[in-house]
Amino acid sequence: MSVLEIRNVTKSFSTTTAVDSFNLTVGDGELVCLLGPSGSGKSTLLRMIGGFETPTSGLISIDGEDVTRVPPEKRPTGMVFQSHALWTHMNVFKNLAFGLKLRRLPEAEIRRKVEAVLELVGLGGYGHRATNQLSGGQQQRVALARSLVLEPKILLLDEPFASLDQHLRERLREEVRDIQQRLKITTLFVTHGQDEALALADRIVVMRDGRTEQAARPDVVYREPATPFVAGFIGTMNLVEGAVANGTFKHSGFTVPVPAGDGPATLAVRPEALEIASADGAGMARIHRVTDYGTHAIVDIELPDGTRLKSMTGEARDWSHGQPIDLKPRAFAAYRDNAAIHRSN
Amino acid sequence: MARMLTERRIDWTGIFFAAVLTLVIVFPLIVVGTWAFTNVWRYPSVIPQEFGLKFWNQTLARADVWSSITMSLSLATMVTFLSALICLPAAYAFARLDFPGRNILFFSFLAGHAFPKFGLLVAIAGIFLSLNLIGTFWGVVLIQLVGTLLFMIWIPVAAFQSVDRRMEEAARDVGASPLRVFWSITLPQAGPTIAAAILLSFVGTFYETEGAWLIGAPQIRTLPVLMISFINNQPVIQYGAVLSVLLWIPSFIALLFARRVISSGSFARGFGA
Repeated sequence: MSVLEIRNVTKSFSTTTAVDSFNLTVGDGELVCLLGPSGSGKSTLLRMIGGFETPTSGLISIDGEDVTRVPPEKRPTGMVFQSHALWTHMNVFKNLAFGLKLRRLPEAEIRRKVEAVLELVGLGGYGHRATNQLSGGQQQRVALARSLVLEPKILLLDEPFASLDQHLRERLREEVRDIQQRLKITTLFVTHGQDEALALADRIVVMRDGRTEQAARPDVVYREPATPFVAGFIGTMNLVEGAVANGTFKHSGFTVPVPAGDGPATLAVRPEALEIASADGAGMARIHRVTDYGTHAIVDIELPDGTRLKSMTGEARDWSHGQPIDLKPRAFAAYRDNAAIHRSN
Repeated sequence: MARMLTERRIDWTGIFFAAVLTLVIVFPLIVVGTWAFTNVWRYPSVIPQEFGLKFWNQTLARADVWSSITMSLSLATMVTFLSALICLPAAYAFARLDFPGRNILFFSFLAGHAFPKFGLLVAIAGIFLSLNLIGTFWGVVLIQLVGTLLFMIWIPVAAFQSVDRRMEEAARDVGASPLRVFWSITLPQAGPTIAAAILLSFVGTFYETEGAWLIGAPQIRTLPVLMISFINNQPVIQYGAVLSVLLWIPSFIALLFARRVISSGSFARGFGA
């Protein structure tokens, strides 16, 4: 049972607050992704959990034990760094054996554990290799193995695939997910890649300015973003500023029924949920551009005031530049004061 | 087209500069080396009339030559050891810690090299005189120590700064104490560049003349000081040439050592390249 609890944690540097009154509980065996743009405080938070930064205030506990001021070498955590951080003066075996030797395990046991974990990450027989003889993906696997071999209670991954190409990144994240589920290890994964978070996480915590914007299952974060920021950050989203009056949201000829009180509002609708139809006469908008991706087409739409929206359709040939169209959002959300005031699914 | 692209262009400018440099560096060495193994070489002959080891026998038979070799090696070893002992922790502090006056202090090590060295030595000699350090082994050690500070601070600072902090954090993450991290990660990573600094310090001290002469003479005579007195007092070129060749030996050993343990980029990295 390894539960991580973060209570009211704040980290301030001289003039900035990187993490602000942050709360999170990560359950046993859960994989939580901290997702956010650069500077949102996710890496600082991870470094505080790993012991490399000390919170200005608040409490971090693992299995009920306060580790807030415990140095990294005494924490039951294992960190995988973005830059791999392999020790280039040691071969793969020595990189993995270093931590075990510090724990004074017998030589035979060290060898058995290292070989087992190398097999686990698909690098059996690579122990004698120099780290600079490995590809980027192999280096990252060694970095992961170096943490796993010590059987940490909490695995911390700080954008581990950021330096890898897209194809390798996709393959490795599946492998990491498989290993994590096999070992049932509680894991915190920092990324600014929404695809990575959606594909990997049991739960996503979207961070902004050191605070939680939303913490929920990936499907909920995608389909029911709690704030316009989350709506805009996860996937592609059309965000339209306008106003609700008499139960209708309006913006430059684009109208949508929103049963909420009058006032300013932000309408959020995903391209795949924005249907378009040929209009008789002027229509709500005109087609600006059609991009055919083979499996689908993205239609760029221009409202009369110049606002651009995107719609995903199945067939590119049905649409052409300048064509007048009407817009019919199938699913959307309206926000006011950073909170949803209406959802239509 | 493909063949044209793969053909290597001959860089005539590079070849010219390489030839000039070779001439400037290698030619004097050949001349000195030739003199060292010459018994008779009279003008206007281009090559010596008689080769031989006569002057080697005469030079190596002198007790003052052997005592000066021993003195030079002892001084260079002691100065390098003390310099490493003092400068390496200081370099680590400069590289990793932030303290008031850090930058001023760091650049102050340049001061010893920013002014005419002899003037500085004379000023120090005045102080040493009152401390009874003139003509003593430790007086020369101290004066030569000053000369090594720049290399032994600046190069290791660059070495420590170039060690990836994530490597050190990764070591702490797997359970290493800060001291263990320094010993097992930081030092091996910075090692080759620090070895380059130590090498420079040793060779520089071995060849140092002004300080050794001003502070040490006449009691302390290093090999370069002895060579100067040979050249000044005896109009026989071979004595100076034999001592010059003897002085090359530490450099050659150091270079052989450097080729084994120091990667080619270590010196460059030490200077921030």
